[in-house]
Amino acid sequence: MDPARKRTVRLVVALSAAVLLAVALAYTSFSASSEATTPAKLASAARPGESYQLTGRVQKGSYDRRGSVHEFRVTERAGGTASVPVRYEGSVPDPFREGREVIVTVRKGADGTFVGEEGSLITKCPSKFTKSDT
Amino acid sequence: MPTLGRALILLALAVALYGIVAALVGARTGRRDLVDSARRAVYALAALTTGAFVLLELAFLRDDFGWEIVASHSSSTTPLFYKFTAVWSSQEGSLLLWVWLLSLWSSLALFLTRRRLRDVVPYATAVLLGFGAFFAALLAFLESPFTVLAAAPSDGVGLNPLLRHPSMMIHPPMLYSGYTLFAVPFAFAVGALARRRVDADWIAATRRFALAAWLLLGTGILLGARWSYAELGWGGYWAWDPVENASLLPWLTGTAFLHSIMLQEKRGMLKVWNASLILATGTLCVLGTFLVRSGILDSIHAFGASTLGVPFVTLIAVIIAGSIALVVSRRDALRSEHRLDSMLSREAVFVANNVVLVGLAFVVFWGTFFPLIAEALTGERKSVGPPWFDRYTVPLALVLTLLSGVGPVIAWRRATWRNARRAFALPVAAGAATAVACAGFGLTEHAGAAIMFALAAFVAATVGQELWRGVGARRAMSGEAVPSALVSLVRRNRRRYGGYTVHLGIAVLFVGIAASSAFQDEREVRLSPGQSASVGAYDVRYVRSTGEISLGDAWIEKIDFGAVLEVRRDGRLVETLRPERGFYPSRDQRLGPLGQFFEGEATSEVGLKAGFWRDVWTAVQPDTQALQPIVERADAGFAKATEGLTAEQRAGVLGLTLNQFVARYREDPPPATFRLIVSPMVAWMWIGALIAISGGLIALWPAPDAARRRATARAAARVAQDLGRA
Amino acid sequence: MLVVWLVGSPLRAGPQAAEDTHAAERQRLEAARDAKYREIRELELDHRTGKLSDEDFRALDRQLRAEAVAILRELDALA
Repeated sequence: MDPARKRTVRLVVALSAAVLLAVALAYTSFSASSEATTPAKLASAARPGESYQLTGRVQKGSYDRRGSVHEFRVTERAGGTASVPVRYEGSVPDPFREGREVIVTVRKGADGTFVGEEGSLITKCPSKFTKSDT
Repeated sequence: MPTLGRALILLALAVALYGIVAALVGARTGRRDLVDSARRAVYALAALTTGAFVLLELAFLRDDFGWEIVASHSSSTTPLFYKFTAVWSSQEGSLLLWVWLLSLWSSLALFLTRRRLRDVVPYATAVLLGFGAFFAALLAFLESPFTVLAAAPSDGVGLNPLLRHPSMMIHPPMLYSGYTLFAVPFAFAVGALARRRVDADWIAATRRFALAAWLLLGTGILLGARWSYAELGWGGYWAWDPVENASLLPWLTGTAFLHSIMLQEKRGMLKVWNASLILATGTLCVLGTFLVRSGILDSIHAFGASTLGVPFVTLIAVIIAGSIALVVSRRDALRSEHRLDSMLSREAVFVANNVVLVGLAFVVFWGTFFPLIAEALTGERKSVGPPWFDRYTVPLALVLTLLSGVGPVIAWRRATWRNARRAFALPVAAGAATAVACAGFGLTEHAGAAIMFALAAFVAATVGQELWRGVGARRAMSGEAVPSALVSLVRRNRRRYGGYTVHLGIAVLFVGIAASSAFQDEREVRLSPGQSASVGAYDVRYVRSTGEISLGDAWIEKIDFGAVLEVRRDGRLVETLRPERGFYPSRDQRLGPLGQFFEGEATSEVGLKAGFWRDVWTAVQPDTQALQPIVERADAGFAKATEGLTAEQRAGVLGLTLNQFVARYREDPPPATFRLIVSPMVAWMWIGALIAISGGLIALWPAPDAARRRATARAAARVAQDLGRA
Repeated sequence: MLVVWLVGSPLRAGPQAAEDTHAAERQRLEAARDAKYREIRELELDHRTGKLSDEDFRALDRQLRAEAVAILRELDALA
């Protein structure tokens, strides 16, 4: 094979590999992802057994802890009445507080409570760049 | 004072705008004086932003609570070091830091190239000043650090306790230095493309800046990881969080760029690729800066103040559009001088290295922005978690490590199989031996980690072999003894051996990551004093609880509840660890004085025993919920008891109450939740990082008496020329 | 106040129209020459550390030196 053709072949092979990788990425990302939802959406449209990434705020007065089982309600980030109960087992991150914004991957449990996946609870570092209200 | 600050910023903006115009006009009309004037505008920008920064620092250090920024990020009780660094914990302060660093590096770059690259420099100046003007405009009109409060509060809010750690305060300046330093090669690339002068001169001028940027950015990322591991209560160092990823992206493309410019230097290849890479890196730096403060992605770090969203997105769109336009319109000037001769050559390995690095960047980019992509495509926001990232980055990282071992050993242009066999015999043996050893130790269930160990051995062997052969070659030429041969070898070939050192460091780093991820033992247990739990090969016994009140300058800084843990291995006491949780009082006056402590911030003080082979990491979460009834009773009792007392007396009673409360925790605590992790070889990560950083410094260090060597070399070439003709 | 001084500092050192038009070209050639020298030295090091066979080295070395000579000739032509 003359050099020019060799180069074309190489280029085609490389591009195909890149396309394959991209397709694999795209496919698995859609299947492995969890849908990001808010309390309102979750309360109405949650399918049992599927995992969702819930973003919201810990409702004040809703936090209860029994040992390492934490139970709280998550409301909308911007306020509002919709809220969902979440049960989380394990240790919560340092900044966890009522009123703080959290992200947690949950699954709808049999009793209507959403069970949090271990290690998936993230609490947003409070207002580093916005007006602090703690 | 604040007005002076505002004036400085406005003046900086004006100077920057003037400089842009002067540079562009000077470039068009060939008037050197205008270009020089533009360069001085950069110097002036540096001076002005330095002034503004100093003013801001002074306000912090002097507790000027009339300044809004000081009142909301510092307090009279904040330690001096953190007052100094609190400046950039704020949105406005961090923007000022960014533009200040940009102006410093730009001044340095323009000073060093003041007599070179005459046709490229004006455009580079304009680009750099363009960035400066953008940030100055933000500071002047949108996020001014110099706003004054109508009524100065008596004390500030204070710095978030989570940030009170040295690493955390050095982390932003490091990262920003990395980002802003990448602006220099970016700007010079724009200039070079604009003038169709993409050649060796351009590379030589900007290579150092790209390397320095890479080094600082990498250090910043590692500091963040270290802080996360040693200070936060989750025990990990990387979470594939969008903001972490945003800083990693330009680092990955920057690494690719550092390698591919070598290829352009040597063989005039990959010009389009290089130009695109450095433009992409610069864009990613701006994107990274933007992501942290945008709130468009859900992240633990995302501090959304979306007033900046629109300007930043506009800037990024302009940069991307402009970059693409430049590269496409200049592609005739970017034609390669040579082609790939053989797949078995260093050039091919470099190309493969670039492909893998860009592949890694693409994976990280895709995963990070997936929520937005998914929303655009399906209307639903979906996100992917760490397992997805790991699935793709681990194999790519393995390939990268392999390439970093093959690249230095294989020859340029074309390598023969015979030569390759000779060169790779030892390293392959080392890798194979390690693989066999891993199998022998039963480590193969974690295939990825085992392969990484073998590859790291391979890389280490190649680096060792290179040094050995290099020393041999040097001694053959100069007859020096081994140690001095080694020194002079490295001195005369800094880039090469600095690079090899970096490869070694990264391999060690990857080994640390592999081992600590694959072979980690983790447990979460609830223990009462006297109880034990086992994790890994260790037995951890909760001996007793600790409770302490930490006094600050004026009042109580925090209450620490913790534990004394005895860590034993095979019955022998290894270490006593004292993890703690510090509870900082909230300033919410509606809460009772005792309750305030448990509604404010809490930080973890990790109990860590770091060893060469493994780390024992412990964190405690006292059950404050169980304490709640006691707290409420105490608060109610306190309110009643202190009716009618003076403030001083109240403070006294409160002190007593707190002391009793804390003492009670010491004697009879409710069971606490412990997180116990045994991670092997975490120290290897930090050691590998240090090796890589020193390698980068070696490569960066300017060669001594380069001029003299150039002259000698020129003479030698002339001799050769004459010989050739004769 | 400080304002005026700072604005005055970007000096206009008087329009210097007559530019050394060759300067840019010379810099380009000098940079290319330095890069070529570095390549020659590195090739030698590669050869000495056994990464290149003798014949390959000789051929490449000759080629690189020829390229260096060409650059030197261009530089001389400028002066």
